[in-house]
Formats: sequence, structure tokens, C-alpha cells
Amino acid sequence: MAAAEEASRPFAGLSDVSISEDIPVEGDISVPVGSTRRDDEFSTLDEPVKETILRDLRAVGTKFVHVLYPKRSSALLRDWDLWGPLLLCVTLALLLQGGAAEGDDQGGPQFAEVFVIVWFGSIVITLNSKLLGGTISFFQSLCVLGYCIMPLTVAMAVCRIVLIGGSGKVSFAVRLAVVTASFGWSTFASTAFLADSQPPNRKALVVYPVFLFYFVIGWMILTFSPSQ
Amino acid sequence: MSAGSGGRNTNTEPWGSFDDNLIPGSSSAVIDMENMDDTSGSSFEDMGEMHQRMKEEEEVAAEAAATEDDTVDDGEFLGMKGLKGQLGRQVADEVWQAGKRQASRAFNLYANIDILRPYFDVEPVQVRSRLIESMIPIRMINFPQKIAGELYGPLMLVFTLVAILLHGMKTSGTVIREGTLMGTAIGTCFGYWLGVSSFIYFLAYLVNAQITMLQMLSLLGYGLFGHCAVLLITYNIHFHFLFYILWLLVGGLSTLRMVAALLSRTVGQTPRVLLCGTLSVLHMLFLLYLHFAYHKIVEGLLDTLEGPNMAPMQRVARNVPELTLNATMGTLGASLKVH
Repeated sequence: MAAAEEASRPFAGLSDVSISEDIPVEGDISVPVGSTRRDDEFSTLDEPVKETILRDLRAVGTKFVHVLYPKRSSALLRDWDLWGPLLLCVTLALLLQGGAAEGDDQGGPQFAEVFVIVWFGSIVITLNSKLLGGTISFFQSLCVLGYCIMPLTVAMAVCRIVLIGGSGKVSFAVRLAVVTASFGWSTFASTAFLADSQPPNRKALVVYPVFLFYFVIGWMILTFSPSQ
Repeated sequence: MSAGSGGRNTNTEPWGSFDDNLIPGSSSAVIDMENMDDTSGSSFEDMGEMHQRMKEEEEVAAEAAATEDDTVDDGEFLGMKGLKGQLGRQVADEVWQAGKRQASRAFNLYANIDILRPYFDVEPVQVRSRLIESMIPIRMINFPQKIAGELYGPLMLVFTLVAILLHGMKTSGTVIREGTLMGTAIGTCFGYWLGVSSFIYFLAYLVNAQITMLQMLSLLGYGLFGHCAVLLITYNIHFHFLFYILWLLVGGLSTLRMVAALLSRTVGQTPRVLLCGTLSVLHMLFLLYLHFAYHKIVEGLLDTLEGPNMAPMQRVARNVPELTLNATMGTLGASLKVH
């Protein structure tokens, strides 16, 4: 009560203005005490950095395993993170560097090109699945699509190794087989996670852009040829 | 904003006007808001800061309440000044809150993807049937034909065209100077779809044809199905003759379908000719462009393999089977360039 009176003292001279003193106070009161409460709940601020990093790495690793053996589990969806997709995207883009240069301009896809394709492709697919009535959230979908690039990244590594041995017909056939297999694996893995969130009769509408997306990435991998 | 600088009070407005001559002797027209009297309360950006400071000032004033009892006159004067300051600040604060509420409402309204949701409300069977129908022209032109207003099919077709274009560019070894393969493909396809749709819609608006932008986008998007099919075949089977036949047949069918739909919605001879002529020319030429710009046919590959003595910057038709791509790139790459 006393505090209220003291608080209303600056308004003391307002008696001849049509503002009464018992106006209900409106607005936000930003009280900066929330952070300490959050710290009490999780208290991750005081742990050593190694533990934080290891926890994140373990989470990323579990998700990799889930992609390798795609079952209908919700682990990928429940605690989504974008570390894995970022790691995979950077690895893929780095592996696609050093392509055959015709002239001196550009041979293989540039780093930025791969990045943009992966992320904007994922965003477009996510928006599409949301517009078609999906129940998955934006970042969950990004997470799933990013993690399912892993088979294609592995295929890229295998292709590079195969290309060290030469770039003849046999190597092309091997690469074609590897890329096709990993492309099918990626598509299958992502649909295993995404399909549950869609109304049942529209699964094909959601799967097609995913198919196209991994097809473009697989195509980039297949047509990669190292510089002489 | 300086706090509590007091000083001169040249406020004439109830909300506290700008202080013009803060620097004595200068007649600059620039108003230095930083040295503003803090009773002006007209700097919206600092409202939050001022709120905080106001609370702190209130607390400070409450603590020093005992020592201010003797300055009644000043208190009243302070009250008056306080009146203008507090009132001004309150008004500005309310305006700021209202503005913030409006901005967030506008953002929720326009950045909401739910606006597009009704255009994606399709079933796979519908998409399939519309794809097939896009190749079948309907002869009824006296009554407006029904055009589906959906965006899923057209969008997917544009992306498919991008993928097919990439395939064609890769197998033909196109070199893009200023930009990337992907960027060019996306720019071409989306530019065509959005640009030509807008242009035809604009023409339709001029001649008062009964078609909406959404319907135009949808119509042209489904018309790209023919393009996708033709390019998919001719990027892999390199026969000039085959391409021309497919161009006329498939391209012609999808153009006829679009033209018939437009004809049924336009009144008058000249508008019909204008609209449909423009659309058919653009549509057919686009297919021609896609084929020849990103896929070159080489006649006599064996001859060029033996002697790379072609003049530089010479545009020669080239047929590049994919398996020999890597081997021939080194010799041909330098001499064949696009644009």
C-alpha cells in the first residue's frame, strides 16, 4: 500500500487532468529472474564443456544410428537438432569440391551451391508438407531431411574412393549402383519418419518432392568427376 | 537520451515539443535528440529504456521523499513538469504498445503460410488426372472452361523441370560463367512460370478476360508437363528429328489446351488473337530454347575427337553420350562455350 502511494506521487499533480489514480495498470513487467529458475532445473551452466559437447555428440550419434536402421521410431522427431544436418551438409559440400574444371570457371558444384540446394530444398519440402496438412513441425522436418542425407554422403565418400582408382565404365557402373542404393535408402528412411505425420491418402504428394530432392543430390554426386 | 538533465523547458506542446536551440548561439537546423530534455517523451525507440528509468526514478524519488518536503513550490513545479513528462511518456508508451500489437498482428496475417493452404488441398488422384488432362485440349470455347486453382501440381512440375534441366546441362557440359548451374536452372524455370503467367494475366486484364492470377499460374504450370516429358526424352535420346516431332506434337497439344481454356474465357476476336497468340508463341519458343540452349548436338563426334582444331568460340552442335563425358571434356571443354 505504501509503495503504491509512493509510486503514485509523481501523478499527484494530475488531479485536474482526467486521469484517475486507480487506473488498472497494464502492460508487461519484465522481471529478469527466470534464468535462475531455469538454471535450477537443468543446471547445465556449470558442467564442464567436454560434457556438454559429448552430450550433443551422443544425441547426434543416436540419430545417425536411427537413420541407418530406419524403423518407425519417434526419436528423431522428439528431440530434433540441426547439428547433424549441418555436419552432413558441410561434409558433402567439401567432398564435392575439386570437381573437373572446364576452363577455369566452375567444374563441380560450388560449396555454396550445395549448401543452398540442401537447405532451401529442405525448407521447400517442409513448407509443402505443412501445407498439405502435416502435423510435423518446421524444425522437426528439417532435422529428418538433413539426417537422411547421410546415406548419400557415405555414397559420395565411396565414389571419391572409387574415382581414385580410375574413371572408366566399371567405376561408373559401381558408382551408379552405390548412388542409386543410397538414394533409395535416403528416400525410404525419410518417408519412414515423415509419412506418419501426413494424412494417409496424401503420402504420395509428400514423398514426391523428397524423391526429387534426393534425386538432385544423388545426381550431383554421380556426375562428380575429379580434376585431373 | 540524457536522464534528468533538467535545464531549460521550452515545451509548448502537451506532449513536449522538440528542443530547438540546445546549443546556445548556434542556429543549426539539426535537432540533436540526444540532448533532448527528458520531458519531451517523443522518442519511441527509447520507450522501453524510459520505462525502466521511470521506474528507477520513481523508486529514487520515493526514497528521497523525506528531503523534498520543503520544496513544495518546486514540488508543484516538478509536478507540473512531471505532469507533462509523465503524461507524455505514458502517451508515447501506449502508442508504442499499440504499434507493436499492430505489427505483430500484421506479421501473423501476412507471414502465415495458412494463406496458401487451400491451394494445396489436393488428392494424388486429382493431380494425376489433371496432369493427363493438360495434354488433352477441350473444344468447348463458348462457355468458360473450368480451370483448377491449385498450386501443388504446378510447383512440383516446375521443380521437376529444374531437375531435368540440370540433367541436360550436366550431360551437355554447359559452362555457366556468371553463376551456377543450379541457379540458372531455377531462375529459368521459375522465371518462366511466374513471369509469363504475370504477363499473360496482365494482357488478360487489359482485354478483360475472365481469368484470375491463380488460374493462370495453375494453367501454365500444368502446361509445363509437356515440356518436362519432351525434355526428359530428348536429353537422353539425341535425335534432332525426334525432338522436332515431339516439339510439335506434345508441345502443340499442351499449348492447344491452354489456348482453348483462354479462348473460352475471352470475348472478341482481337483480344482472343492477342492473348492466345502470345501464349502459344511464348510456350513453344520456351521449349525450343530449353532444348537448344542447354543441350547441344554434335554431329560427327568422332571427327572432333581426332583433331581439336576447331576455331575457338565456335558454336558447333554436339552430341555427348554420357559415358564418354569425362574423356572428351578435356579436349572439347576449351573450345565449346555457351554465352
